[in-house]
Amino acid sequence: MNLPKDLKYSEEHEWVKTEGEKVRIGITDFAQSELGDIVFVELPEVGDEIEADEPFGSVESVKTVSELYAPLSGKVVEVNEELDDSPEFVNESPYDKAWMIVVEPSNEEEIDELMSADEYEEMVSED
Amino acid sequence: MKTIEMPLIFERSRPGRVAYSLPDSDHSCEYEAELANLLPSEYLRDEEPELPEVSELQLIRHYTALSTRNHGVDSGFYPLGSCTMKYNPKLNEDVARLPGFAYIHPYQPEEQVQGALQVMYDLAQSLAEITGMDAVTLQPAAGAQGEWAGLMMIRAFHEAKGETARTKVIVPDSAHGTNPASATVAGFDPVTVRTDERGLVDLEHLRELAGEDTAALMLTNPNTLGLFEKDIVEMAAIIHEAGGKLYYDGANSNAILGITRPGDMGFDVVHLNLHKTFTGPHGGGGPGSGPVGVKEDLIPFLPKPVLVKKEDMLTWDYERPQSIGRVKPYHGNFGINLRAYTYIRTMGAQGLKRVSEDAVLNANYLMRQLQPYFDLPYDTVCMHEFVLSGKRQKKAGVSTLDMAKRLLDFGYHPPTIYFPTNVEECMMIEPTETEAKETLDAFAEVMIQIAKEAVEEPETVKQAPHHTAVRRLDEALAARKPVLKYDRG
Repeated sequence: MNLPKDLKYSEEHEWVKTEGEKVRIGITDFAQSELGDIVFVELPEVGDEIEADEPFGSVESVKTVSELYAPLSGKVVEVNEELDDSPEFVNESPYDKAWMIVVEPSNEEEIDELMSADEYEEMVSED
Repeated sequence: MKTIEMPLIFERSRPGRVAYSLPDSDHSCEYEAELANLLPSEYLRDEEPELPEVSELQLIRHYTALSTRNHGVDSGFYPLGSCTMKYNPKLNEDVARLPGFAYIHPYQPEEQVQGALQVMYDLAQSLAEITGMDAVTLQPAAGAQGEWAGLMMIRAFHEAKGETARTKVIVPDSAHGTNPASATVAGFDPVTVRTDERGLVDLEHLRELAGEDTAALMLTNPNTLGLFEKDIVEMAAIIHEAGGKLYYDGANSNAILGITRPGDMGFDVVHLNLHKTFTGPHGGGGPGSGPVGVKEDLIPFLPKPVLVKKEDMLTWDYERPQSIGRVKPYHGNFGINLRAYTYIRTMGAQGLKRVSEDAVLNANYLMRQLQPYFDLPYDTVCMHEFVLSGKRQKKAGVSTLDMAKRLLDFGYHPPTIYFPTNVEECMMIEPTETEAKETLDAFAEVMIQIAKEAVEEPETVKQAPHHTAVRRLDEALAARKPVLKYDRG
């Protein structure tokens, strides 16, 4: 399982990367492998507010549709439009080409509450 | 089965070939000349439609060959969980073809179709009795439209009382996907209530969620894990005290006929899937039928027109000022309603009770046959269906999808897989009451063989199916880049 050490992780299988004042968000390698081939990604629009633990979009695979839960609250400033035409990026490149949104967090403390790579690994390997 | 080339009907086409020659019209085509006056020119085509041109024998062979590639309940076991793929009695088909039913028109004067109206009236009454509700509409075309119609009535009810702040519909995490979807389409915000370790709704969480913004709780009982929500009376009290309504998703009614009734559990609105529980044929996509039953305080909001009895005549009542309106043209899927009525009258009250007893017995029997070989997340008495987990096989590298594909090699329709989503590598199996013990045993034997293969020769399962007309299809490509139109090239 690929879990970059410089990222933070949520219980709902999103990764969060701090980039100065902003954070970049996507879903983990573990999440994409559980979901299987992703066929559709639904994301919010630039300017939308997202709220921690509330759904901000969904991913559809051949198996199921899963909601994406916001790992933190904030304002969406960028959305990865490429996922519209290339949802397979989520399977091929979950941490790079398949970033989903960039957010300006409204509460920095929420970032600290997220898990480290080791903590996340422990969570998903529990049976 | 050998892979055989199966051309499309368009590819069989040769110019000038005909299947049937219509006689020359003995009427003059006065309307044709006027077509240009009746429709705007941009909607009129100049060129001939490119319909396939084949002989009658080619046509018959083409579709006969296609039909042999189909799997239906008449050809084999079909344990698709939550879909109730039971046998559809052929008597239903005889009744549906009686000329008095088959050749009438919905615009015919009421006095000419009293028999058909009587069937609808009696069916609605039977369904009200079976569900414990006060009135039933037969209009909704199938389950999801029933859900939507029911929620629109709940919405109209709250609005009539001036309670417009009731915007939330509570739905368990194990619910059918249509529940939150219907709530959204009806203008509500769905809110998820958790399932606890028993596989039942977490009462504490429900208490936290219920409040002044609660419009309704939508529930399937038994739930999608095949378990009966035994706290239902308490749940109903929580929702009713908060001022909300209880909605019963009838998809799993096959477990409770004649044993308990949603109305007695405290539900205010119920939909039934006549194409599941009441033997409407639905393998090829229907049509379905999703009648909705309501308690007395919701009757004013029923879709109109409503069938009423006036001086021994059945007639449609359109004077329903609070009605949510018509939800379907004409009067629902009459042909399916007719089959359901035939089924109810054939079975009788005692027969319907036997249906549920045997459905529950068959599910429990099969569950215990399979239990040693798969993970059983909720080890308790199940209702008409049960869920297994393929976790053990997943560790050996074989997924539930692989096992479902392997079942095709043995001529079985796979169970519902990866649903409910709160069970890992889920298989949801509903055998129904119409299967013999020998069929269940034969299916169990194959499932056990596949479980063994998953460990001993995983590639056999991962490469399955081996014996079908086509092998594994690229479902991801089909969903990402669907080709919906034949291109002659």
